[in-house]
Amino acid sequence: MADGSTLTDEALLDELQHAAFRYFLQTGNSSNGLVADTSRTNAPVSIAVVGFALSCYPVAVERGWMPRADALQRTLTALRFFHNSDQSGHPEATGYKGFYYHFLDLHTGGRVWRSELSMVDTALLIAGALTASIYFSANTPDEIELRELADSLYRRIDWHWAQNNGSTIMQGWKPDCGFLHYGWEGYNEAIVLYVLALGSPTHPLKDDGYQSWTSTYQWENIYGCDLLYAGPLFVHQFSHAWIDFRGIQDRFMREKRCDYFENSRRAVYMQREYAQRNPRGFAGYDENCWGLSACDGPIDPSDPLKVRRRLFGYAARGAPYGPDDGTIAPSAALASVPFAADLALSAVRHYREHYPDMLREFKLPSGFNPSLPGNGPGGWISQGYFGLDQGIIVLMIENYRSQLIWSLMRDCSDIKRGLRRAGFRGGWL
Amino acid sequence: MPPPTLLETRDEPRSVEEAPSAAWRNPRPPGTYNLAILGGGPAGILAAYAAAEVGAKVALIERNLLGGACLNTGCIPSKSILRTSQLYADMRHAESFGTQAPKDIRVDFAAAMARMRGIRARLGRRISAERLRALGIDVYLGAARFTGPNTVAVDGTGLRFRKALIATGSRPLIPAIPGLAEAGYLTHENVFDLTECPRRLLVIGGGPLGCELAQAFCRLGSQVTIVQREPMFLSQEERDAAQILSASLARDGVDIHLNTNAVSVRVEGKQKLVDLISDDNHNTVTVDQILVGVGRTPNVQGIDLEAAGVEYDEVDGVRINDFLQTTNSRIFASGDVCLEHKFAHIEDASARLVVRNALFWGRQRLSALTIPWCTYTDPEIAHVGIYVTEAIRKGIPVKTFTVPMHDVDRAIADGEEEGFVKIHVKEGTDRILGATVVARHAGEMINDISLAIGSGIGLRVLARVVHPYPTQAIAIQMAAAAYNGTRLTPFRKWLLRRWLQ
Repeated sequence: MADGSTLTDEALLDELQHAAFRYFLQTGNSSNGLVADTSRTNAPVSIAVVGFALSCYPVAVERGWMPRADALQRTLTALRFFHNSDQSGHPEATGYKGFYYHFLDLHTGGRVWRSELSMVDTALLIAGALTASIYFSANTPDEIELRELADSLYRRIDWHWAQNNGSTIMQGWKPDCGFLHYGWEGYNEAIVLYVLALGSPTHPLKDDGYQSWTSTYQWENIYGCDLLYAGPLFVHQFSHAWIDFRGIQDRFMREKRCDYFENSRRAVYMQREYAQRNPRGFAGYDENCWGLSACDGPIDPSDPLKVRRRLFGYAARGAPYGPDDGTIAPSAALASVPFAADLALSAVRHYREHYPDMLREFKLPSGFNPSLPGNGPGGWISQGYFGLDQGIIVLMIENYRSQLIWSLMRDCSDIKRGLRRAGFRGGWL
Repeated sequence: MPPPTLLETRDEPRSVEEAPSAAWRNPRPPGTYNLAILGGGPAGILAAYAAAEVGAKVALIERNLLGGACLNTGCIPSKSILRTSQLYADMRHAESFGTQAPKDIRVDFAAAMARMRGIRARLGRRISAERLRALGIDVYLGAARFTGPNTVAVDGTGLRFRKALIATGSRPLIPAIPGLAEAGYLTHENVFDLTECPRRLLVIGGGPLGCELAQAFCRLGSQVTIVQREPMFLSQEERDAAQILSASLARDGVDIHLNTNAVSVRVEGKQKLVDLISDDNHNTVTVDQILVGVGRTPNVQGIDLEAAGVEYDEVDGVRINDFLQTTNSRIFASGDVCLEHKFAHIEDASARLVVRNALFWGRQRLSALTIPWCTYTDPEIAHVGIYVTEAIRKGIPVKTFTVPMHDVDRAIADGEEEGFVKIHVKEGTDRILGATVVARHAGEMINDISLAIGSGIGLRVLARVVHPYPTQAIAIQMAAAAYNGTRLTPFRKWLLRRWLQ
């Protein structure tokens, strides 16, 4: 394996992307197509990670890391599983109303951890299914079946039900208590959710749903830069894994003379600014060591009840208001590569040079905290790997390198219809 | 003499001169009063003082003790306790200020409460029934009931009035939780009577009162659990402010349960067991005391509003128009009995407005007032004007200028970097619509912005206001400077460059 310091940017990205992709081969269950949330023992399935996996397989085929037939079979297996899954909504079922529980058993596919029926995670799963349906476009029986399954999964989702007679989409539902009452105010990762819900040919969201959501946005000038603020970096990345927001604008962005791609670029710069300021004085933070996002982090062993929270475990960390306990999400920095390649690449090279114990075989852990003691300069390092991190790395590097996923989804009529109904105009649309 | 705003206390020894003596005799009504005021809380006292000062014949009627929640059971006792608890928190973090933490920090709860009572007594001495009488105000101690559209009776004595003010205030709202009444609970009305700090305390309600006291008791040594029905604290405030508060409470060690309802209470021995439900999670917490802080309900009962033709409802209180006039045009209302925001300074402002409107044909509108408010947690959360979501609902495009406190030199020097100043302007202009400040002294800082909004001063002018350096309030000037920075468009930059060449 090459030394990262001597690799060209393209070669370095290739190594990082390929290493991230291996996660899906190592943690997937080939009998049902499901993929584990993390590489840790007995980890359940995250439906969002399956969505990332379905989008990563075309990348792997194009990069020569996986035969097309293998990718096709893995995708078909997963889509068949979801199509035939128990949609009764029972506590041990797989889903309800076309949505799926957030966490499933890797072997049976039934609900685990009393998890919620998750609207946004279902959206990420369906984004993956639609990506595959565009990519596998041959008129072979398997590829035709794949497209029909993906379409069927999308069509049976009752987005309208998920509004619970309100204007915006609820965040979750549980069989024992109904819809969850979480405030989902402000900009977040849900654009892809709204676009899919608006584009549905069967149960579309009401037209004002998107406007109701965007009415909670705040356009802020922070550190001298105007942007639509959200603290964690993943918010500025997840929808961008599938949708090319360059040059297309909804009403909000038209008013601000910006677009979501440019906004994400500014968010990356804001994150770096924050790390340079390092108001809480954490070890490591500087212009090349930044990236606060949803990630695994340490917990305080002296606080077993997790009450006196100075360390947050797995949590969405954000800049500049926090929460921040000194834990960096390295995948979030790398996945910023389409928005600010120079910053992202500098960060990865910095990690590799200064925290070699953290970046093992080009694979990035979910989080590391140099302020806490560990076995090396990286300090505390998250054990194992998380599917969401590896998935966003694969897709965002690919979008930077070839724009493959963006190109595929630009051809997706459902996505285009959803974008238009959300008020997006201009650019490639 | 400054207007009296603080009144007698309930439990401090007072001089005979200051306390209404047992032999207090209500005056004989002299004829028709210019203004009869029902309620001797902050709004009532302030209105009585202001009316008497301009020569009006004023009757002030109080059924219990003169003085409002502010002095006796609200603002003053809570802020006294908050200050002590803040000092304990600072002592525990002494090392971050470059000094050694005391080795054995033992909380002296009795001393903290004694200090609070001393402050309350000191402020209470400023005013008494006798002093009000000396100012020309007829003080009636007793239960008042309207007997007609322009008459009120106090324990059988009839009073006629040209104008009246209902300022009967509010009382704690008690949620209907099975077993709560039997188990016993605290509210702000009796929590300051505690003689021992509860070892384990459950706070029900994540509004200003619940958050302030949860943090204070936690810092004083209680093991505090707080349950809040909504997904965030201070549900009316901005998301980022509420999240900073959540993080701050968690750092102190408050056990936080958002999206959670307390559904039943039972007693086992000396312990109280409270069942909590959050979505499909059921949980039981065992505590020694329960503090209820879910809001306040207006005091509209027992004063025969119907006899006066004054409409009201149990939840929103007395119905008023923008001039604080009730459905009986001679009768006005102010303070907690009729207003959504139940804060002492709003009682004060609304009472002044009533005096002008009732006695001098004033047409001053409640909606024209610029009213800030503050939650006195650490950090404090202060707000003035409208919120962004409210502006967007009205079709006003908004841009927010944000300065994190970690960019403010004095905040860094003080070790008080948590928070921000956010000033919302109408996009494309410098007109300030509202602002939120999260900072250790946010309640002091918000005044700059209140003054600007109230005076129609925009960010361009605010940027020119010289602030002493270094102060934390300079963050406001920094936000205004950031606005000025955005005015420098590429075209203007080009023009400037040309000029300078």
